[in-house]
Amino acid sequence: MSPDEKLVYSANQIAKFFAAQGETRAIAGVADHLQRFWDPTMRARLLELSERPNIALLDTVRKALPQLH
Amino acid sequence: MFLIEETDYGTPPSKSGRLVQLTIDGRALAVPEGTSIMRAAVTAGIHVPKLCATDSVNAFGSCRLCLVEIDGRPGTPASCTTPVAEGMVVRSQTERLKKLRRGVMELYISDHPLDCLTCAANGDCELQDMAGAVGLRDVRYGYAGENHLADVKDRSNPYFDYDPAKCIVCSRCVRACEEVQGTFALTIAGRAFGSRVSAGVNESFFDSECVSCGACVQACPTATLIEKTVVEAGQPEHSEVTTCAYCGVGCSFKAEMRGEEVVRMVPYKDGKANHGHSCVKGRFAWGYAQHKDRILKPMIRAKITDPWREVSWDEAFAYTASEFKRIQAKYGRGAIGGITSSRCTNEETYLVQKLVRHVFGNNNVDTCARVCHSPTGYGLKSTFGTSAGTQDFDSIEDADVIVVIGANPTDGHPVFASRMKKRLREGAKLIVIDPRRIDLVRMPHVEASYHLPLRPGTNVAVLTAMAHVVVTENLVAGDFVSARCEPDSFAEWTAFVAAPSRSPEATEELTGVPAEIVRNAARLYAKGPNSAVYYGLGVTEHSQGTTAVMAIANLAMATGNLGRPGVGVNPLRGQNNVQGSCDMGSFPHELTGYQHISDAKVRSLYESVWGKALDPEPGFRIPNMLDAAVSGRFKGIYIQGEDILQSDPNTQHVSAGLAAMECVVVHDLFLNETADYAHVFLPGSTFLEKDGTFTNAERRIQRVRKVMAPKAGLADWEVTLMLAEAIGIPMPYNHPSEVMDEIAALTPSFAGVSFDKIDALGSIQWPCNEKAPEGTPVMHIGSFVRGKGHFVLTEYIPTDEKTGPRYPLLLTTGRILSQYNVGAQTRRTPNVLWHHEDRLEIHPHDAEQRGIRDGDWVKLASRSGATSLRALVTDRVAPGVVYTTFHHPDTQTNVVTTDYSDWATSCPEYKVTAVEVSASNGPTEWQTAYQQLSARTRRIAEPAGAAE
Repeated sequence: MSPDEKLVYSANQIAKFFAAQGETRAIAGVADHLQRFWDPTMRARLLELSERPNIALLDTVRKALPQLH
Repeated sequence: MFLIEETDYGTPPSKSGRLVQLTIDGRALAVPEGTSIMRAAVTAGIHVPKLCATDSVNAFGSCRLCLVEIDGRPGTPASCTTPVAEGMVVRSQTERLKKLRRGVMELYISDHPLDCLTCAANGDCELQDMAGAVGLRDVRYGYAGENHLADVKDRSNPYFDYDPAKCIVCSRCVRACEEVQGTFALTIAGRAFGSRVSAGVNESFFDSECVSCGACVQACPTATLIEKTVVEAGQPEHSEVTTCAYCGVGCSFKAEMRGEEVVRMVPYKDGKANHGHSCVKGRFAWGYAQHKDRILKPMIRAKITDPWREVSWDEAFAYTASEFKRIQAKYGRGAIGGITSSRCTNEETYLVQKLVRHVFGNNNVDTCARVCHSPTGYGLKSTFGTSAGTQDFDSIEDADVIVVIGANPTDGHPVFASRMKKRLREGAKLIVIDPRRIDLVRMPHVEASYHLPLRPGTNVAVLTAMAHVVVTENLVAGDFVSARCEPDSFAEWTAFVAAPSRSPEATEELTGVPAEIVRNAARLYAKGPNSAVYYGLGVTEHSQGTTAVMAIANLAMATGNLGRPGVGVNPLRGQNNVQGSCDMGSFPHELTGYQHISDAKVRSLYESVWGKALDPEPGFRIPNMLDAAVSGRFKGIYIQGEDILQSDPNTQHVSAGLAAMECVVVHDLFLNETADYAHVFLPGSTFLEKDGTFTNAERRIQRVRKVMAPKAGLADWEVTLMLAEAIGIPMPYNHPSEVMDEIAALTPSFAGVSFDKIDALGSIQWPCNEKAPEGTPVMHIGSFVRGKGHFVLTEYIPTDEKTGPRYPLLLTTGRILSQYNVGAQTRRTPNVLWHHEDRLEIHPHDAEQRGIRDGDWVKLASRSGATSLRALVTDRVAPGVVYTTFHHPDTQTNVVTTDYSDWATSCPEYKVTAVEVSASNGPTEWQTAYQQLSARTRRIAEPAGAAE
């Protein structure tokens, strides 16, 4: 996997873990995890990637991204 | 300086709380009921002569030297086997006893070489001491009779000799092997005069089942079993108590010295983690510290294709500082980072993370726990509120049911395994959850009640299925849960695990474990009454490693197995200071004591002490650093005491990351594999060459004490300080104790810790603060650190690393008793005699299908890469599963492992790699290329003028 592919893959992995908690909590869980554990340049890159076509980000991750700061 | 002599009480202590009054030689005393007369006498300062008794093993009563007289009782009973009684009056020295003892000694000495002056045990021989104590002046039998003086020495073991000519057949070694170590490798062969100590069935020590733990050598009262180093160097003259630098058990040792030469390492009886026991590594495999491969001069080079150039420390620091500054000026503040070492001390680790945060000005710091127990930190903090195991090792003495998941304690944590085996021999039940049939499943006097040989990667499914049984069969500890845990998360969790889709029957096909075994194991665990889980990297090194840790925590909470001795969730930590390196703020998102970097209040405290603002954002983890390097955004790294090229997954990706950097600084004892890509090499110091502390798997902080000067001139902590100074931001400390004082000031769980207190108490288990001034052996008594225990939903999500036609087998990796981690230390000791190469364990069925015989060279290939090694055909692994170790750089097992990792912590999925195995004639292309690179990059230029 390329570094970009890894970012997308990892974000999706996080979303899959939180999925069992229902969508609302999952979105919050993903946002909180990315905020607390990811370097800001990685968050920024994920945000950039999410705006590109054909990036297979799960909906939960896409919905969590606006909560990042 | 003096030699620390520990008192031998002759027999083990009694645990009774009831005191018994008696009189020995006119001295009145009170001792716990069940104490032997011999032990009671020692507590009163009276040393009854003895030979077959020692306090590490139960009394045996064979030597007849410790006889005493007791008023009102006939005869002369042995004081070692006779317990005290209320009002008892004992005499240890009478004319009758003197005569009897001399007679016994005469018999012993009549069949013993009289070579005391040239004997290696001269000055440390109990037989010699007892001959003096009983006043032996003559041997009436002479020395011409039948004897054993011509018996041949067994010198097969690389670390100790067995000289049967000096054996008095006291059986201390045999009993130590049984009672202390639990291996049962020794016995007394023959009868009467022909009785001799035997390893196995007339085998040499080396060829027998002996694991070289040293317990027999420790127990031997003569020179019969003696360290080769003592034979060669003579008796030590002073000693210091220090802590082993191998695994996370953290054994205390006396480093017994002659000048600056280590004569031997002797396990320290007062060591709270090991209670006087040891394993082959800590006891004997310390020769790497003096190995010729050690690099003792700093070296630099502009490119990795250049030969190394030896330079002064000053030049090395100046070069490194200049390079790091250049890189930051060109690529940005975040373009460099550091890796702390789980082999270094707490103080050194603290300083490296401080160097990164304070001097580099970012949070790009990580540690090797990334690739082992990072899921433990995340999982236990989420559920209990703190990132550590719940118990002390002594807790196992109260366990009724022991669950071992994804750990192989007899190989990875052998000293603790001995205590576990002892408890199992006493009647505790054992459940093993592991794809391999590890030794604990069935070995002498130990047999697991249930072995769950699950398919690699299905831990979460099995643990959740066990939870299903607990909930649906009404085995929940209702009182505990209602008092101690969150009601909402518990209710949600019970509904989750009770779903039929999570039952043992529903998951049987994917886990490979028969449902009935899962049910029985869950019932046994739930009913305890004291059930304890011990787990290792077989839990954490998965894409769901963190989820599995949470699943274990859920089970423990639901069954009430927390907050008292005998229970708990116990991660068996791999390296000596992996707990400490995590505690010391080595993770990019956390400061010391797991305080999050985003917490403004915490940062403010740090900033007030460090005098500089901190970056509030988390930094890069190791895999992020490597990815950023490949992407051209990360250019420099300081690596203290780690070898990421050999230990981290997907070697080719690691090498690509390192090769993309402009300044790689390796600070280590040896030119390790990572150093192939380094531009600066800073010589490291061993644990014998510095002061500091290590923290073991039970949160126990113990002293590391310097017994010799650093061979390269500087201890590791000094190197970090001088690097900071060269960069222009000094971090002034005069001694590691001052570093610990700063840690205590910044870390609530360490607030009461200091070198002085550790010296006074021997060791301290954190949390140590106002609430617990002497530390905390068992955590979460009364309430969890986070308040109420939090249940987490643990959905099983299969790994994306799939088997298929090209890669039909699953590889799982691990370690072996005689080797340690990447083998940098143990490969430079005679331990290679037991394990000189990594072998691939493969089931006979899989081997036959591929035409592979035991010992054949095979190619092990995955989607990441391929290596070759020799096969070991064994049914210890299940069909479809293969296993190997990662101790040898010639194999570089991690060239095969993948980038897949734990969702929460990026801990690599070492335990699941889809592979194919095929016959092979030699090294793979990668191995050949790597060997050439390795030879090329390790060249050291001759110093200028050397040829003249």
